[in-house]
Amino acid sequence: MMEVLSSPWKWYVAGPLIGLIVPTLLVIGNKTFGISASMRHICAACAPAGVKFFKYDWKKEVWNLYFVGGIIIGAIVATLFLGNGKPIDVSPKLAEELAQYGIANFDGLVPRDLFSWENLLTLKGFLLMVVGGFLVGFGSRYAGGCTSGHAIMGLSSLQLPSLIATISFMVGGFLMANFLLPFILKL
Amino acid sequence: MKNLTETQKKNAQIQPSELLQTREANADFEVRSLDAMCVNESRLKHKWHHDLKYVAVGTLLGIIFVKAELISWFRIQEMFRLQSFHMYGVIGSAVAVGAMSVWLIRKFKVKTIYGEPIEIRPKTFNKGQIIGGLLFGLGWAMTGACPGPLYAQIGAGATVIVATLLSAILGTWVYGYFRDRLPH
Repeated sequence: MMEVLSSPWKWYVAGPLIGLIVPTLLVIGNKTFGISASMRHICAACAPAGVKFFKYDWKKEVWNLYFVGGIIIGAIVATLFLGNGKPIDVSPKLAEELAQYGIANFDGLVPRDLFSWENLLTLKGFLLMVVGGFLVGFGSRYAGGCTSGHAIMGLSSLQLPSLIATISFMVGGFLMANFLLPFILKL
Repeated sequence: MKNLTETQKKNAQIQPSELLQTREANADFEVRSLDAMCVNESRLKHKWHHDLKYVAVGTLLGIIFVKAELISWFRIQEMFRLQSFHMYGVIGSAVAVGAMSVWLIRKFKVKTIYGEPIEIRPKTFNKGQIIGGLLFGLGWAMTGACPGPLYAQIGAGATVIVATLLSAILGTWVYGYFRDRLPH
């Protein structure tokens, strides 16, 4: 049993479980699955600064902050108690490509050769962590949702705007990973 | 603002009396409905400990995120390079199960545990879904994480991702500040 839990979970286990979060949130409180809105609530709670977009009663949405708090707890639990301590099994093609840029440490889910406090203020690290993060926050709010709100919840309820958003996410990701990221990783 | 009136018209066709009530009850309904993702459908007020059930669901999701390596930068790179089926399998099967559940909820008019009818507010199209979506995609492939995984990466011990999350919150704030001047 522990071995099943501690080895990486297959897509056909993880995917359906994530799919079940959609009806669970609806049934336990009429909530639509979405994560990026939590960052809007944080803005509204901490720094509304008179901006109309943040002038709403964020306390009515506080469930979303409890939800992301749970995500952090779950990640801690999984890492501390359900891990098998093995490096990530990376596709040989990707490993070969990353080797060119000196990325060879596959110990963590996040590559330690790129994402570390020491790298934060290098040009490469700043682009990947700070500029990348900014784009995630700005883009998801501009699009009205992220992977959870549009790709999972939106597609599950058959909404065309969510399909358009999901396709845009994928196009942006393909462009970055295949055409722009190589230049950043070379820095 | 044009979008807003369209949304309201659409909503009004569905449940006119109920929505009118909401609008009167929530002074901030207009601001909240500008962004359909954010409207809390429940009209019930609960004590804070009711929100603990969302911590439980979040915890389950955090465990799945880590155990299925969905928060791994490497898995995201494989997805965008078509080197692995894993992420497509996860998202595809999640949508299939989610869609089936939503269909069942609608068909059998399932109610919440508090007896409220379940509502899923329709989203309206605007250009933001394309422009914002593309920008989001660029950031997704750089950080290897969308918002959920950002939280989970921090929990998984990558403390530097706090900087990425703060930057994402800043991005959200900057969007809010310039919202009226951006094409929608």
